[in-house]
Amino acid sequence: MNIVAPHGSVAPGKLDISSTSKVPSTRLVTVEMRKMLDTRAGLWLIIAIVAITALITVIFFFAAPDDERTFLNYIGIMATPQGFLLPVMGILLITQEWTQRTGMVTFTLEPHRGKVIGAKVAAALVFGLIAVALACAIAALATAVSGAPGAWENIGIDDFAKFTLLQVTGVLQGLAFGLIFLNSAAAIVTYFVLPIAFSIVASLWGALEDIAPWVDLGTSQTPLFEGRNLTGEEWWQIVTGTVIWVVLPFLAGLVRVLRAEVK
Amino acid sequence: MISLENVTKRYGQFTAVDDVSFVAQTGKVTGFLGPNGAGKSTSMRIMVGLTPQNGGQALIGGHRFADIPNPSRHVGVLLDASAQHAGRTGREVLRLSAETMGVRRERVEEMLELVGLSGTEAKRRVRNYSLGMRQRLGIANALLGEPSVLILDEPVNGLDPAGIHWMRGLLRNFAGRGGTVLLSSHLLHEVEMIADEMVLIGRGKIVAQGTKDELLHTAGTYVKPEDPAALQQALQTANITATPSGDGGFRSESEPIDVGRAAAVAGVVLTELKRAEGAGLEEMFLQLTSDDARDSSITTEGVNA
Repeated sequence: MNIVAPHGSVAPGKLDISSTSKVPSTRLVTVEMRKMLDTRAGLWLIIAIVAITALITVIFFFAAPDDERTFLNYIGIMATPQGFLLPVMGILLITQEWTQRTGMVTFTLEPHRGKVIGAKVAAALVFGLIAVALACAIAALATAVSGAPGAWENIGIDDFAKFTLLQVTGVLQGLAFGLIFLNSAAAIVTYFVLPIAFSIVASLWGALEDIAPWVDLGTSQTPLFEGRNLTGEEWWQIVTGTVIWVVLPFLAGLVRVLRAEVK
Repeated sequence: MISLENVTKRYGQFTAVDDVSFVAQTGKVTGFLGPNGAGKSTSMRIMVGLTPQNGGQALIGGHRFADIPNPSRHVGVLLDASAQHAGRTGREVLRLSAETMGVRRERVEEMLELVGLSGTEAKRRVRNYSLGMRQRLGIANALLGEPSVLILDEPVNGLDPAGIHWMRGLLRNFAGRGGTVLLSSHLLHEVEMIADEMVLIGRGKIVAQGTKDELLHTAGTYVKPEDPAALQQALQTANITATPSGDGGFRSESEPIDVGRAAAVAGVVLTELKRAEGAGLEEMFLQLTSDDARDSSITTEGVNA
């Protein structure tokens, strides 16, 4: 069995790399998607996202009054459980390389770490968008079964856009927290505890409550659930909330990963 | 060929790798030998760009590792056999790598066979692997891309004697086909068995390097007579200085032929007469090891006592 590649030598001791092409980014994305499905933890997380989305639909179907079983309400109730779990997926996709120490292999196979992180972001977004599509499909099915009067009314492109924005932001925030902590437990706990801690502090300290829509992503995103048009100010609050909780942590984490020693 | 030129890595005040330069030649197995914590792993991580160095440069076949496109097709790397996702199966670990590198699927099965991981073993999760199995999986992973250079950190660690023998055959064969192998170890005898060339590192500095013959062949003789007193007398007469080695034999700086002649003249019967091999290297290595081991032995004894 041939274990050494028959590379033509340029000069003694020189590696001829002229005929080798780089690892294409598309391949890295497929590999990252595969990494999310090939462990029990990852697979069960995905199964949990699908199952909970379906389950909450069934619960709502039986619990809600007939006239509230509208398409938009179905989408609305799915946003919360998905919004909890999709960021965890983002976190795990990053932190498994450190918690399980596979980064030593991953970043040797592709030493350009930015490319690997980019592939992880793309893979997580693909999963996020699949979750959004799935939610819409299940909601449509449930609405059709419910047959409530006016269940399909007032649905606009912007409703889909808002829902997608919410879930995609959640995925990106998960990735950002993963990059900052490089540790699954720390990232997940912080992701869930920080907003709670924020509201506790805000309830005690009124000044913080006043600026909450600007600095607390959960508060600034609330209008997205309310099924109405957002004011210009509300959009800006979403922008600042996203910058503080997603963009800045992501950039800081990225810098850390690009510079850090992988052990 | 792997070449390091004045590579230095500092962690605050501590210099883990101190101005290290050496070359691992094409077609040779080079052993990178040193006690734990001497800077072997750090040097190897620097070679593949996982650890940024503070100075100097490490080149593989004339390139920085990061400049080699799809580097696993040229350089096979095993840095830590335990650094694998415990929840993946052995086969899945290799498939992920194969997919990244863009090599055929069958290559995974070929490599599993080459390293002796059976079908049922490949289906088990890495969590349930012994260290020896993880090493084999790591070797398979390193060979997957048909590289011409191998960088292996403590690959023999955890292998049984048969496994060490197998590894020796594999790496010799690889080097014999024109490959370059650099493997590290903290055990002199492991490296002695496998490597052609040796680089000895201690406390971040290279302390010796050369071919195995150069390093192991120190001038000197080991001689064991039937009657120690008679031999001592005979050697004194012949003006040969010798020191008892504690087992009824003697070590001398002189050549075996001179010691043999002196014994023959005096009519002393010898039971052993040979060139004293490896004494210099072994001594140097023991000194390196004991210097570092002393601090740690105090703490471990303290805990155990």
